[in-house]
Amino acid sequence: MRKGPSAFNIASVVVGLAFLYAPIVILVVYSFNASRLVTVWGGFSTRWYVALFQDAQMLDAIWVTLRVGALSATLATVVAAFAAVALVRAGRFRGRTVLAGGIYATLVMPEVILGLSLLLLFVSVGLPRGFWTVTLSHATLTLAYATVVIQARLASFDRSLEEAAQDLGCPPWKAFALVTLPGIAPAVAAAWMLAFTLSLDDLVIASFASGPGATTLPMRLYSQVRLGVDPKINAVSTLLIGLVATGVIAAYLAQQHQRRRGAR
Amino acid sequence: MSGRPQSPRPQIGGIRETFAPWADPQARPLVRFDGVSKTFGDTTAVDDVSVSIYEREFFALLGPSGCGKTTLMRMLAGFEQPDAGRILLADRDIQADPPHRRPVHMMFQAYALFPHLSVAQNIAFGLKQQKMARDEIAPRVEEMLSLVRLDGMGKRRIDQLSGGQRQRVALARALAPRPRILLLDEPMAALDKKLREETQFELMALQQTLGMTFMIVTHDQDEAMVVADRIAVMREGRIVQVGRPAEVYEAPADRYVAGFIGDINLFEGRVAASENGVVRLVSGDGTFEAEGTGPVGETAWVAVRPEKIAVHAEPPQQGVNTLAGRILDYGYLGDWTTYLVEIAPGRTLRAARANATRATDRPLGCDDPVWLTFATSSAVVLTR
Amino acid sequence: MRRERSALAAILPFLWLAIFFAFPFLLVAKLSLSDAALAMPPYAPRIDWSQGLAGVQAFLAGLDGETYARLTQDRLYLDAYLSSLRLAATGTLILLLIGYPIAYGISRCPPRLRQALVMAVILPFWTSFLIRIYAWIAILKPAGLLNVVLAKLGLPAVDILNTETAVLLGLVYAYLPFMVLPLYAVLDRQDETLIEAAQDLGATPISAFWRVTFPISLPGAAAGALLCFIPMAGEFVIPDLLGGSDTLMLGKVIWTEFFANRDWPAASAVAIVLLATLTIPILLFERQQAKVLR
Repeated sequence: MRKGPSAFNIASVVVGLAFLYAPIVILVVYSFNASRLVTVWGGFSTRWYVALFQDAQMLDAIWVTLRVGALSATLATVVAAFAAVALVRAGRFRGRTVLAGGIYATLVMPEVILGLSLLLLFVSVGLPRGFWTVTLSHATLTLAYATVVIQARLASFDRSLEEAAQDLGCPPWKAFALVTLPGIAPAVAAAWMLAFTLSLDDLVIASFASGPGATTLPMRLYSQVRLGVDPKINAVSTLLIGLVATGVIAAYLAQQHQRRRGAR
Repeated sequence: MSGRPQSPRPQIGGIRETFAPWADPQARPLVRFDGVSKTFGDTTAVDDVSVSIYEREFFALLGPSGCGKTTLMRMLAGFEQPDAGRILLADRDIQADPPHRRPVHMMFQAYALFPHLSVAQNIAFGLKQQKMARDEIAPRVEEMLSLVRLDGMGKRRIDQLSGGQRQRVALARALAPRPRILLLDEPMAALDKKLREETQFELMALQQTLGMTFMIVTHDQDEAMVVADRIAVMREGRIVQVGRPAEVYEAPADRYVAGFIGDINLFEGRVAASENGVVRLVSGDGTFEAEGTGPVGETAWVAVRPEKIAVHAEPPQQGVNTLAGRILDYGYLGDWTTYLVEIAPGRTLRAARANATRATDRPLGCDDPVWLTFATSSAVVLTR
Repeated sequence: MRRERSALAAILPFLWLAIFFAFPFLLVAKLSLSDAALAMPPYAPRIDWSQGLAGVQAFLAGLDGETYARLTQDRLYLDAYLSSLRLAATGTLILLLIGYPIAYGISRCPPRLRQALVMAVILPFWTSFLIRIYAWIAILKPAGLLNVVLAKLGLPAVDILNTETAVLLGLVYAYLPFMVLPLYAVLDRQDETLIEAAQDLGATPISAFWRVTFPISLPGAAAGALLCFIPMAGEFVIPDLLGGSDTLMLGKVIWTEFFANRDWPAASAVAIVLLATLTIPILLFERQQAKVLR
């Protein structure tokens, strides 16, 4: 019985979305601009994409970033799944507040502080900085986000399904694996995706935790951006945006489809 | 049903005997629905409803879910606009008034109490909207709290209250600004049976004490029977019968009303004769006589309630309205025992017997042959 | 039985957070009490484990608050501190003012559209932060798109890149989804019959909004404000790319001290000051989340 949106409501949403999307649209459009200048439209061209794929350093950075992203997201998702089970299922055990506190603190902690502290850790234990230190740092950064996503789904998951499985003779761990895990699988996948994109995106922590030979894409982009606007950046940005948008929209549609089937 | 004895309390049963403004052609109704219709998409929620509600009346809209009773109430409150027809409040068309300008207040089904406000602030909400002076609000809130027996609870938060207490806060909040008519949308749906029965009597006493007009929407026929002066039975957007509870029960307008309110046994047949206010009906189960009139030669039904059928272990003397059968099953309900009697293969009737004495032995059991009788005055003729 | 076993699941995340989150903070705190040195790593004192207990004692004796004293002497740090808080607070206020109508507008839409709109608000968050901020450079620079559009409209050109205005714009742009989502969550959950009840009791639609919808949505506003304020106060990329050399923010100071000046103790001390300042908002945020969790 909710009243429909008023003209003011519609205007707020439209203006808000325009504000969010305008810069992204401009970026994508100008990645196909033949001219080097942002303000001049020199005709449609894919020359920046060609240039991008000839830039060995950039390609190398992309490869490093994807590997770090996949590995750190996997680590974070596994730890997050444990954290979510403890937070949702264990009731009020001692240390629950501490665990929840730690998770939410990493969620809002300024990246500069997190990066600096992780760097000091690696220096103090003598771990050489590179691929692995970035991966561990990103897993720490994304752990909180992954936990929130999985925990939300787990909390709304009908506990009695698992109890029914146990009632039918399943041991608790097996009931969890056979009933609950498939039920929360979409959330686990979403958590992994989120962790992966956050890792792809991170500049600050990677800059602290990285060493020679492990330059990630954001680090490469950052050094280029500081030198000035380069249309190659538009090209790589467009590719990234396309990749992520496709993934997210596909996941969304799959979820909608499943929900509609479930509703029937 | 046990009301909590409170004294002094109005003896509502007695008052109701003489209260009948609807029978008075001079009386002006407080609310008048005049040919009101409302459709949502393809479904007709309310279909050409005309009905009047009088000052100080306790009026019930009764029907199954989806019959349009809630839509009818929401149109009076102003949350829905009728597609056709008029709604008059004290002879004034209120079509153009938005909900907040109507002197009609509603008690919502899930109460809709404001979670960010205390009990007292909830009750004061409507008073503040009326721009009532601050020093008048506090005593009114206190008065309302004691009216619903929540004295001293004004400072409580809503989430600290039990279901029954919330229900009473919702009642107090809707009553505080003294509406011309109070609308109650399934007010007792969230309460358990015992509390519901107590609350029904409290609600009636409150309505009498305040001298207000109440309109209740319910799907519970027992509730409507207990609380209301008149019941309007709704079906698929239409009102099929309006009347006092006893009228609706004892003289249902059609088979739908007869079946919706209480149990009923029906005999379908052809009217053989209709004279002196008695109809003789020839049916496949036999020939029956019932009070009423009917068109001779047409199809009609004789309807008789289970408690009006007498069950005999021995064949009675020859007379009208007698049936033979055997007990298929029975259920003991404490105050009543209900028998399911097979009078022909696949054809069963219900008969109920009051357990007036504390019978530990069973005079009648399964498969026992029995004879059923009912008086001509206990049965009615239905032509629809 | 089952509950206790579930608590065992906490061991792994606990260990992870202890090693990669809690312990490193102790290192930052320790380092903030050290002095910069021309060495690798560039600070002193360090524990000489070969001397055993005496080494630890010598190390402890070497710690002092000198770095903090240095922070108070240089006006730059105080300025950076104050402008960090000012920009984060102003940004949060602007976010509340523009985020609320957006969240409210979405919550008024039909359910199907609502889901798609929420998706549309989240989607930019999934695309690179750095790239989105970079896009603003092309828009805001003197010969950028904004001025081209302004010139077409016959309006005077503006030069806001490398100013605080640009930083605020960037902050608001980057954190808008974090403000809209918690607000939307409370507004969407709100029971519509409460509004009907308010109107039934004589409140106009506008008054019903201010007396019912708005107060009930305040926890969402608080969550959004904290979720934005805390990371914004330590933001590095936005002031660095959009603020130029004029805008001082603590995140940038930590970065500069660390990478440009190689003054690790100073970077650590600034980090500790920032962390201490953010402790109260962080604790408030956790209390808020704990309520939601329950």
